[in-house]
Amino acid sequence: MQLITNMVEKFEGNAKKILLAHGSGGKLTHLLIKSFVKKFRNLPLAKLDDSAVLRFKGKLAFTTDSYVVDPIYFPGGDIGKLAVNGTINDLAMVGAKPLYLSASAIIEEGFPLVELERIVNSMNRAARAAGVEIVAGDTKVVEKGGVDKIFINTSGIGLVDSGVDISSKNAQIGDRIILSGTIGDHGIAILSAREKFDFQTKVKSDSQPLNGIVSEILRVSKRIHTLRDPTRGGLATILNEIAEQSGVGIEIEEEKIPVKQEVKGVCEMLGFDPLYIANEGKLVAFVPEKDSAKILNVMKKNRYGRDAQIIGSVVARHKGRVVVKTSVGGERVVDMLTGEQLPRIC
Amino acid sequence: MKFVDEFRDRAIAERIIKKIEGFDSFKANLMEVCGTHTMVIFKQGLKGMLPEDVNLLSGPGCPVCVTSQEDIDKAIDLAKDKNVIITTFGDMLRVPGTNSSLEKEKGNGADVRVIYSPREGLRIARENPGKKVVFLAIGFETTSPLIAASLLDARKEKIENFFIFSTHKLIPPAMEALLKSREVNIDGFICPGHVSVTIGSNAYRFIAEKYNVPCVIAGFEPLDVLQSIFMLLKLIREKKAKVEIEYFRAVRPEGNRIAQELVSEVFEVSGVRWRGLGTIPKSGLRLKREFSDFDAEKEFRPKTEKSKGNLDCACGEVLRGVKRPTQCKLYRRICTPEEPYGPCMVSSEGTCAAYYKYG
Amino acid sequence: MCLAIPAKVLKIENNLAQVDMVGVKRQADIRMISNLKVGEYVLIHAGFAIEKIGEKEAEETLQLLREMA
Repeated sequence: MQLITNMVEKFEGNAKKILLAHGSGGKLTHLLIKSFVKKFRNLPLAKLDDSAVLRFKGKLAFTTDSYVVDPIYFPGGDIGKLAVNGTINDLAMVGAKPLYLSASAIIEEGFPLVELERIVNSMNRAARAAGVEIVAGDTKVVEKGGVDKIFINTSGIGLVDSGVDISSKNAQIGDRIILSGTIGDHGIAILSAREKFDFQTKVKSDSQPLNGIVSEILRVSKRIHTLRDPTRGGLATILNEIAEQSGVGIEIEEEKIPVKQEVKGVCEMLGFDPLYIANEGKLVAFVPEKDSAKILNVMKKNRYGRDAQIIGSVVARHKGRVVVKTSVGGERVVDMLTGEQLPRIC
Repeated sequence: MKFVDEFRDRAIAERIIKKIEGFDSFKANLMEVCGTHTMVIFKQGLKGMLPEDVNLLSGPGCPVCVTSQEDIDKAIDLAKDKNVIITTFGDMLRVPGTNSSLEKEKGNGADVRVIYSPREGLRIARENPGKKVVFLAIGFETTSPLIAASLLDARKEKIENFFIFSTHKLIPPAMEALLKSREVNIDGFICPGHVSVTIGSNAYRFIAEKYNVPCVIAGFEPLDVLQSIFMLLKLIREKKAKVEIEYFRAVRPEGNRIAQELVSEVFEVSGVRWRGLGTIPKSGLRLKREFSDFDAEKEFRPKTEKSKGNLDCACGEVLRGVKRPTQCKLYRRICTPEEPYGPCMVSSEGTCAAYYKYG
Repeated sequence: MCLAIPAKVLKIENNLAQVDMVGVKRQADIRMISNLKVGEYVLIHAGFAIEKIGEKEAEETLQLLREMA
């Protein structure tokens, strides 16, 4: 990035910001790309060809996601970290070992270069921490107002071992449902970073890569039926999707669901339900009852699974619906998220 | 969480249920008149824990739901003014007016902001001297003192671009209207805990004395509600028409005098129109003449729309406890939280929304 | 609409107080509360304290509930 700031100063004197010229394909674009390449440092990218050429043997998993979160910086992370971990996690949720990512950014004219550098650094750190390489990329610059600061898309490729068949359609009656940690952290962290709500809290986004914890549990059990990460719409929405796709009923216990006290406090204050708030570093696993204890143990030993808990099970009753046993002993249906809650949290 | 977790103890809940089951079987219609109570009952699954002959009815306790169609249309009309910033509690955003909603107007470029406190409304007024800020003042007696306080502050600071559109309503007159109509047999009222913090338990004495209906003022934790139901059933059984306070850690017989004085300094009582209940005398608040400078209605003269009158929307009957949402022709089939026909489905405290989400 | 939650008073400055709801800090207008002291609990509704929660009364309520037998 030093390279580009130097060059730009030479030409434009004042340009510490992204200009439309950076996207036009000429010298400035080239400089921008070179600086990414230097940062991400891998062979396919360094070739600077129009495409990365990679070798594989086996079942490929492929996913894509776009990130438009507002604000772009929040306690616990930023849009770059989110974009990398989010796609890594989508791969991990089908039991794939994430290998390569692409990253493309659409940047608003006037976006400060040092902020771009900060985000690129963040993406680099996140990718390295997860053992994944960013081998392809693109940047486009649009006029002011064309996008809000910066939007990022990441796509990812991973390898799925033969014999691994993890899907939302595979939940079975009798399965235990394991949640890897506290819910609501990410959504509340985002909310607190938007000043308009005027409250202070120490809650941080839980954006983190889950490929490590997934490979560890795959090592102790070949019978993991379903894995999902409860992002937008929260745990409630994901459980409903699984109940519907697998044609089963789900019962969970409110008392067993780990929620940080501070998250509970904000939710009580604003009338939110933690079940519907987004998470960026948690998963639910549907596993046979026999394997549940040892899988839970493995999860708890991983730094991203310390608060893991068995929160419920799959039943034959009320197929397609999720029912929660409330803290006081009553029962109610947990529906999907309908409409509201927070805008642009991931 | 202190004062919260202890009131969710399962073992105690089971014991209260046992005591309720211990009453010789008799049918009792208990009505709660607070949207937050509706939500707690549904969210905690309390209905399913109670014996079948204890019938819990939801009354007109959701302030958005009881706002008349004309008032909703007026609020939407206010939003259309390019010079106006609408500040509102979240619930109002998606309520369907005759032809539009605040959310739709927002999509069309209107400046509509969801805020948590009227204090924020004042701040927005200070920060935008070139615009006029209108606060949609909905809510019952819990909320009106806050609005009054904000207007007194606005007056003190000589803020001239802050207005309120008052649709404030009062609970006890609505309770009386329900009893007078005799549409539903109400054997006891579960009274709203936080409204009662302001008005005090004395405000309900006339219900007990004139109409012979017992009242228990309930807190909002599940144990509060269960205990209040037990207390109410006991009063009904013993044929004692009294007002009792379960929520005595926050409610006093005389209520909060300071809050009451704030309200009477700024507002006066008047007859207003309730959705589903018609016009009820002395049931709403409007600004006193000395504060009419803050009246959005006087300043902007917002228009209403010609009513299309969706005859099948049973919101009115649901609010009076005459129908359950499941008995509404539109419920679930056409009226859903994504595509609501009436406010009872879209409001976070609406009875139809509670049934849909948690039933 | 009647959402109000218990919060502990941390600091008082004229008509405003810093309150804490299990680690979430906010500012609240306390003009409706007489004789408020730091350490006491209040109910916060839309940015205002609407009443004190009597700790003694809360304990009494819990005691009553526990004695339900």
